[in-house]
Amino acid sequence: MTSITGTAARALAGFGSTSIGRAFGSWLGKIAGGFLVLLLLTAIFAPWITPFDYAAQDLTNGNAPPGWPHLLGTDQFGRDVLSRVIYGARTSLSVSATAIAISITVGMTLGAAAGYIGGMFERAVMTVVDLTWSFPDILIALIFVAIIGPGLTSTTFAIAIAYLAQFTRLTRAQIVRLKRETFIEATVNLGAKPRHILLRHLLPNAITPVIVVGMLAIGDGIVLEATLGFFGLGAQPPTPSWGAMMSSGTAQLFLSPWVIIFPGVVVAVTVIAVNLFGDELIRALDIKDRIRGA
Amino acid sequence: MLEVRDLEVAFGPVAPLSGVNFSINKGETLGIVGESGSGKSLTAMSVMGLLPLSGGRITAGSIMFDGQDLTKLKEPAYRKLRGGRIGLITQNPMTSLDPLQKIGGQVDAVAMLHLGMTPKQARARTVEILGTLRIPEPATICNRYPHQMSGGMKQRIVIAMALAADPDVLVADEPTTALDVTVQAQIMRLLHDLVKDRDLALVLITHDMSVVAQTCDKVVVMYAGRAIEHGPVEAIFDAPQHPYTQALINCIPKGLSEDEHLTGIPGTVPTVLNYPDGCPFHPRCTRAQDICAVERPAVVPFGSGGAACHFAGAAP
Amino acid sequence: MLLRYTFFRVLMLIPVSIAISVVIFMIVHLLPGDPIDNLIRVGSSPDDRTALIAKYGLDQPLFVQYFRWIGAMFQGDFGEAIVLRRPVADLIAQNLPYSLQLGALAFLFSSIVGITLGTISATTRSAWVEQIVRGFILIGSTVPGFWLALLMILFFAVQLQWFPVSGAKGWQSLVLPVLTIGVGGVALVARVTRVALLDVRKEDFVTLLHAKGLPSRTILTGHLMPHAMLPVVTILALRIGWILGGAVTVEFVFGRPGLGSLLIRALGQRDYPVVQGCLLMLALAVMLGTLIGDVAQAAMDPRVREAKT
Repeated sequence: MTSITGTAARALAGFGSTSIGRAFGSWLGKIAGGFLVLLLLTAIFAPWITPFDYAAQDLTNGNAPPGWPHLLGTDQFGRDVLSRVIYGARTSLSVSATAIAISITVGMTLGAAAGYIGGMFERAVMTVVDLTWSFPDILIALIFVAIIGPGLTSTTFAIAIAYLAQFTRLTRAQIVRLKRETFIEATVNLGAKPRHILLRHLLPNAITPVIVVGMLAIGDGIVLEATLGFFGLGAQPPTPSWGAMMSSGTAQLFLSPWVIIFPGVVVAVTVIAVNLFGDELIRALDIKDRIRGA
Repeated sequence: MLEVRDLEVAFGPVAPLSGVNFSINKGETLGIVGESGSGKSLTAMSVMGLLPLSGGRITAGSIMFDGQDLTKLKEPAYRKLRGGRIGLITQNPMTSLDPLQKIGGQVDAVAMLHLGMTPKQARARTVEILGTLRIPEPATICNRYPHQMSGGMKQRIVIAMALAADPDVLVADEPTTALDVTVQAQIMRLLHDLVKDRDLALVLITHDMSVVAQTCDKVVVMYAGRAIEHGPVEAIFDAPQHPYTQALINCIPKGLSEDEHLTGIPGTVPTVLNYPDGCPFHPRCTRAQDICAVERPAVVPFGSGGAACHFAGAAP
Repeated sequence: MLLRYTFFRVLMLIPVSIAISVVIFMIVHLLPGDPIDNLIRVGSSPDDRTALIAKYGLDQPLFVQYFRWIGAMFQGDFGEAIVLRRPVADLIAQNLPYSLQLGALAFLFSSIVGITLGTISATTRSAWVEQIVRGFILIGSTVPGFWLALLMILFFAVQLQWFPVSGAKGWQSLVLPVLTIGVGGVALVARVTRVALLDVRKEDFVTLLHAKGLPSRTILTGHLMPHAMLPVVTILALRIGWILGGAVTVEFVFGRPGLGSLLIRALGQRDYPVVQGCLLMLALAVMLGTLIGDVAQAAMDPRVREAKT
């Protein structure tokens, strides 16, 4: 059960503080990074890599256990699990990345405005944000999709909205922190216009932690997308998605558990890799305390 | 009472302290003076046995306290001494007290732990000590929280905690640095009176030579983790042997006329990672010769003190 | 002091509650289509519609409707479910206990195990123990809940046959769902506890505590833990909203009734009175959680009590 609080908080629990951790941490982080690159490449070159057509059904070979030639087995329709998992990566990664990008954009704007303008506006925004932030992300996403209707687009927006609060909080915390810095005071005294200050000074400094937390949020987004897919509210057939695969596999849970196990493993490993890599970034960039304020 | 010989301290591969020597008796005030980064606080921590807290350890030397070598002492025994016979006064009163606990409890804890007092007895003692430290309405203060008091008051609380178990030695690590100037004077006077009234040995760590001149009986000058000069205060100030000591004394502003300038010491204190070879002060020393960059000077005895300089005793 | 703080906090919640209730109220009116259609079963007779309009005053201006709606709520009338034609209050009353049961147990489990693990991880000398716990935290917070649920079923219910696959009968049926939710919860709590403890250890006053000669255990229990509990309590309080709604996936996979699954089903069936009722409950829980969190903070930290709200 990932949570919105989880992403930023998880960023703080990285591997850096023991000597073993220090040695481990950096190579683990690098392995994680490597895995992610591999995943990305697999997703991009999917059409050339997949052994089978992910939609090709072969009812005579349904529920085949992992082996040759279907390395990860087949589902009830005889579709190759491995190919579907590879294509599922495309869906999951693109949906999550897009969603988080939207979330960051809107969240940063809102957060920067709140932090900079301050006063009642800031309070109002933050109260709303705080309330959404304590709602389970699954619920927000589910409600949104249920109202708008299922599909990739609504899933994307649902995920974006679920994590909006977090980026707003983070950006606002950065802006508030930076506002107090003397160099901003100096810029103001030199007569700079607010928009200039925001764009040239505040935002560039605020953006680093947001980007890194954004990375971690992509991990959460992947899980959220899988969950939505599991409920049947995500990508619609025939587009493969990790969640949807696991959903349809539930009926066959006892007959062909591999249909559920493998996509789940991939999701879990991907998200773990995202987290490890994100932790590594945080350590390398040394921004732990900036994330803390949110 | 307390004697430190050839103390060396290391944090991993780095050795910030090497060759610290001093001794102190009851009723004496010893000043350990030096710029930031000279290793003064580390010396205090070493004496208290608190180096492991930040990952350090003593690699050589001895700390003789009342016949025992503290460097060889096991933790449970050390704990009895800490707070019991050696009290610590830390630098920053604003952050030295637990914000979640009432003042009274924090001071009571010392008496209960080391003197075996009941809470009631401890509280009575706390109130009494707070009174001696000229804290108004001590009984009421005990029910307050740290954030409700001023810096000066908080520092007195810290001193009370250090005194509660009637220690023999007080180690004060820059006790007034974080306070206002007027409050500084009050606290220093307080410490002075305590030393006299209770026959304490006070190790006063500071970066302020004028404070040393006014309050200390003996002084140790530290630079780059080494004690480069030590001796009685009058002797040191009358005739400083080490160029660094001379420079420090010159830095004290003494009623300047319009044309005079403030003197400083050119250059900066070397960091732990790049202590110079030979004499650590030689890059900034006006009297440095070739030998200073090569050979580390041993302490040359001078009167009842000594200085670690190849040219100790030479005219400035 | 504490009472005053609580009083002001509650006071501040009132405008927020009003705002939220307005939003929830407006759901029915903001959706495309005639709001009346959102409140009534498809294919109802015109008489039914008239009756409904009269009952809820749907021909009145919006804010009148709103006040009637609020008024009805305070009397326990949450409207009528479209599909099942039963009072929403009944449906909620029926499902709530299951959510509360599951939620309360998962909460307790997460707190106790989480705080313990977090403390162990922060205080242990053994680097391996620390890594293992940290690894668990990582896995626990990233694994998709429903997948874990399925794995649990596969392993414990099917292979080992220790617990039932689904349903809500008896204590056995609680074990797997609680564990599933618990894993995520433990991970979160352990992480927060660990970070908090590591942070506190670096504070200045800890040096002085050691200098007083206090033993490490006393320092941990008497000073470090109270500090570390501050963020932990905040997080836990905020999770109260999660307890009711966040378990929706687990309820779904294990076939348990509960507020979350009631809400999702209602959404799917376009049964908006039920949706409104559930959302209200959730919002209430979230606000309660925030309130409890704030008050607990003030109770534990004297500095908060003094701060101007």
